[in-house]
Amino acid sequence: MTKKNLYLFALLFVPFPAFSMHIMEGYLPLEWSVVWSLVFIPFIIVGTKSIKQLIAQSPEKRMVLAMVVAFAFVLSSLKMPSVTGSSSHATGMAFGTALVGPSSMGIVGTIVLLFQVFLLAHGGITTLGANAFAMAFIGPVVSYIVFKVLKKSGIKFRISLFSAAVIGNLATYVFTSLQLALAHPDASSGIGGAFIKFIGIFGLTQVPVAIVEGLLTVMVVNLLIGNDFVKESELFSFKAFSQIKTRGVAHGTK
Amino acid sequence: MAQNKQFKLQNYILLIICLLIPIIALYVGGDSEFGGADGMAAELIDAEGNGYVPWIDNIWAPPGGETESLLFSLQSAIGAGVLFYFIGFIKGKKAGINAK
Repeated sequence: MTKKNLYLFALLFVPFPAFSMHIMEGYLPLEWSVVWSLVFIPFIIVGTKSIKQLIAQSPEKRMVLAMVVAFAFVLSSLKMPSVTGSSSHATGMAFGTALVGPSSMGIVGTIVLLFQVFLLAHGGITTLGANAFAMAFIGPVVSYIVFKVLKKSGIKFRISLFSAAVIGNLATYVFTSLQLALAHPDASSGIGGAFIKFIGIFGLTQVPVAIVEGLLTVMVVNLLIGNDFVKESELFSFKAFSQIKTRGVAHGTK
Repeated sequence: MAQNKQFKLQNYILLIICLLIPIIALYVGGDSEFGGADGMAAELIDAEGNGYVPWIDNIWAPPGGETESLLFSLQSAIGAGVLFYFIGFIKGKKAGINAK
């Protein structure tokens, strides 16, 4: 336990940049900064609750959380060249979603974003809410839905997982483009035109990177399954949310 | 055990594809410097001529490329360290159980 804590500690207090899709500091007008920050507050509350309950129920989840953050750190520090002649990096959010559920990812993402803001000047305080919403909410939730839908329609586990990671990653960038377009509509073609412009920058660059993220996610999950750590059926289980509900009821009756 | 071999083989194949994608991208991308996509979006907003001026600046930025690359490599080193500590841990655990 002390060792696990030490690792988590190290992760929390060492400066790291993370996800490249951040909207840069100052590039969202004040009103949009406020809007996205307010929108993201409920997810921080839900995330904190869900992580607390995760650890309260099974302390060994601490280590899983550390690994989820670690995976996100590795992926996000590797800025890969893409076919468009620009670079971007993966988020690792789908992997975390598979292991700890989408509700915990809000916190995981926010922590990494914060360090990036303070120590690497990537993203920003005023754009934190917008960036966190796109990366730590839209990404994990899209991944989760994609996985569930594909799995239900009888597609194989690994293909579902791969698709969930790829589409979740792309969804984050699509949403970031939308956020930018809303804040900076094109003078002649409006929000739609601006959206197409931003998606042209983020979207194309991101496709190969998203595919790499998908492949790496499958590789690490293969390692976990191969070493009997998790079963296929346990991944993407929505335990985090049901825990909140059942525990809430239990408290109420006591 | 047979299942594990299958995982290993699959992982090697996936690893090769992972390496191929950026390599191909470097060829296709041509003479580009492969700058970050987020910076390009900021440039686009600056170039639009709507007169948008970023109204706040980063609180702290690394003084230069060297410090920035230090922080980035530190990030991946610690991330990889924790990730593979964990994988080693569960591998050893499994081996311990099998040895009994």
